[in-house]
Amino acid sequence: MTTIEIDHTSRWFGNVVAVNDVSMTVGPGVTGLLGPNGAGKSTLINMMAGFLAPSTGTVTLDGKPIWRNEAVYREIGIVPEREGMYDFLTGREFVVANAELHGLGAAEAAAALATVEMEYAQDRKISTYSKGMRQRVKMASALVHNPSVLLLDEPFNGMDPRQRMQLMDLLRRMGAEGRTVLFSSHILEEVEQLASHIEVIVAGRHAASGDFRRIRRLMTDRPHRYLVRSSDDRALAAALIADPSTAGIEVDLSENALRIQAIDFGRFTTLLPKVAREQGIRLLTVSPSDESLESVFSYLVAA
Amino acid sequence: MYDPTVARLTYRALLGRRRAAILFVLPALLIVIAVAVRMFAGADDQVASDVLGGFAIATMVPLIGVIAGTGAIGPEIDDGSIVYLLAKPVSRPTIIFTKLIVAIAVTMVFSAVPTMLAGLILNGNGQQIAVAYTIAALVASIAYSALFLLLGTVSRHAVVLGLVYALVWEALFGSLVPGARTLSVQQWSLALAEKTGGNGVITSDVGLPLATVLLAVVTVVATWYAGQKLRTLKLAGEE
Repeated sequence: MTTIEIDHTSRWFGNVVAVNDVSMTVGPGVTGLLGPNGAGKSTLINMMAGFLAPSTGTVTLDGKPIWRNEAVYREIGIVPEREGMYDFLTGREFVVANAELHGLGAAEAAAALATVEMEYAQDRKISTYSKGMRQRVKMASALVHNPSVLLLDEPFNGMDPRQRMQLMDLLRRMGAEGRTVLFSSHILEEVEQLASHIEVIVAGRHAASGDFRRIRRLMTDRPHRYLVRSSDDRALAAALIADPSTAGIEVDLSENALRIQAIDFGRFTTLLPKVAREQGIRLLTVSPSDESLESVFSYLVAA
Repeated sequence: MYDPTVARLTYRALLGRRRAAILFVLPALLIVIAVAVRMFAGADDQVASDVLGGFAIATMVPLIGVIAGTGAIGPEIDDGSIVYLLAKPVSRPTIIFTKLIVAIAVTMVFSAVPTMLAGLILNGNGQQIAVAYTIAALVASIAYSALFLLLGTVSRHAVVLGLVYALVWEALFGSLVPGARTLSVQQWSLALAEKTGGNGVITSDVGLPLATVLLAVVTVVATWYAGQKLRTLKLAGEE
């Protein structure tokens, strides 16, 4: 049982606050750290990884501070986001070097390479690897000492769907074995598929915490805004407002379109085409006007 | 204190880069100059001393020191691969000390060995000139490596700063402002050469005791401080 405890931790760089008074506990199982780009996910992971000192607050591993404590790396395995990784070595040489730095050897390196299924390319230079292969070798280097904690910064970035599935399976297995696995992502679907527990970070703040059902509900139950153009805007508006899933409609004369606010996302998306067909109205444009990740997340912060 | 894995990675990173070409080019140039001078001017102690002091010690040794010292750590910090060393239960001072040993070894091999060879070619080690300058190169290798390793740890512009120190401070200010010579690795190492070489051929502005103390202090302090800086290293691209 290994637990990372973040207690009222902030981190700022000059005038910029990257992480703002965050408290969370990361325990065994797979935890997803979700948030838009620039939300402070990497800063948080770097503090958990001991690469960055908290400006205030504490980050501890089973009660021991992580910052300036090299001994924690016996417990922690890290998969960094950056690509720099001794490209002049072969995959095997790289993983063996990582094993040696832990006081281990070729046998452990071979086992880690087998875990990530990279044996077939282990004697090629890392510089020839694809993004997904590099990611797997990084994974092997992090797993070589059989750590109880695994920290991964945006591990799925740039992976193709098959590689993504492979890595998800692997992480799921690690979580099921009782390891504490934490990965960051800005994609809800990714986190939802993999993490049993989700922590949401927006603009440096801890916005939400819970299992994926709770996060999903928070995200889909918010009001959705659409911009709709049709062959008869006013008739469409009249028919839509009769349904409880529609909260408000505005006729935007300058845009020559309807601005619709829907409450029940699922119901509204089936309602709109049905109403249009029944009324014999042609839909010309249907575009969500606040689907950017930032707005979804900022809704969560307000909630 | 010394980690063979860190050393292996450092050697391969140092010698595998394009920048490493300079490590071969400069010594080759020295040998070519030595051969040419010997062919055209014959064996002459003063000429031999001028070539070794003016090119080998004043230019080649510091340049190789810059490449080996900063190259032993700078590129790893730049591309972020240093995390694979830092995320290990290995003490930061051990990482620095190991990289220092590698930098010193590389600087010595690529500066002291060609200096010796050039000395032998120039005047067959007359007046112990080849040996004296080789000793200077060996000693300077240690101090330069420590100094430039520290630079590589604390600055992203380590190569430029190193070149400024080696070429502007030591070569330019050293020749214009006598006081600047007291604070110059080159002069400290020449103090040792002075004692070895035949009388009056090699001169240094710094006395031997002071030079020895300064060399030791610079090496130890730079290495210690680099170890401390590495403990609190902020990785690039995270801010």
